[in-house]
Amino acid sequence: MRVLLFGRLADVAGWRERAFDPAPASLTALKALLATEDALLGEALSGRGVQVAVDKAIVRGELALATAAEVAFLPPMSGG
Amino acid sequence: MIRLSTQPFEPGAELTAFCAGRTESGAVASFVGIARAEAGQSTALELEAYPGFTEVEIARFAREAIARFSLHDVLVVHRHGVLAPGEPIVLVATAAAHRREAFEACDYLMDYLKSRAPFWKKEHGPGGARWVEPTARDLDDIARWD
Repeated sequence: MRVLLFGRLADVAGWRERAFDPAPASLTALKALLATEDALLGEALSGRGVQVAVDKAIVRGELALATAAEVAFLPPMSGG
Repeated sequence: MIRLSTQPFEPGAELTAFCAGRTESGAVASFVGIARAEAGQSTALELEAYPGFTEVEIARFAREAIARFSLHDVLVVHRHGVLAPGEPIVLVATAAAHRREAFEACDYLMDYLKSRAPFWKKEHGPGGARWVEPTARDLDDIARWD
């Protein structure tokens, strides 16, 4: 599983991309693992306006994750 | 057409190409967003995109704008990477039969890009760097269309 962090989340964690093997089986399990490793990141991931994309599609709520999934955590967006 | 670019682009040339050959679109409206210097407080603007996701999301929204405003065509060129003050960040151009739809769609697309398009923006200055998130005004602007 590939996990990607964007924007300020990558600054909080100190990494932008990591591979997880074995892969957590669900989004909840992945978030729990990340929060156990890094409490500040855990807090940032559950912060307001953070969205999750799995294989480049926004998802909401709990979800089972495939071993080969690409999971991206997206803080509030701003372009233009 | 939606295009992300890590290199500077020339809005005039893009707009000329966008207008070329149009015989039924009576109106093309455009907007260019430029990186501000903020009187020396901003020395560089860093824009992060999620390649493969950002373009697809913008294209999905552009299709919605095309349907909503009966547009003939849309162009979005958006920089990512590091930009110097004065460099164009974004160009939006809309083509329609008449001007009202073209103007409104251009406004709509920019409101979307400011607060919902998948980019993350960091402003670098003499005092360090800070992440720029949508302002209350940006959120009010997009809410006008709901």
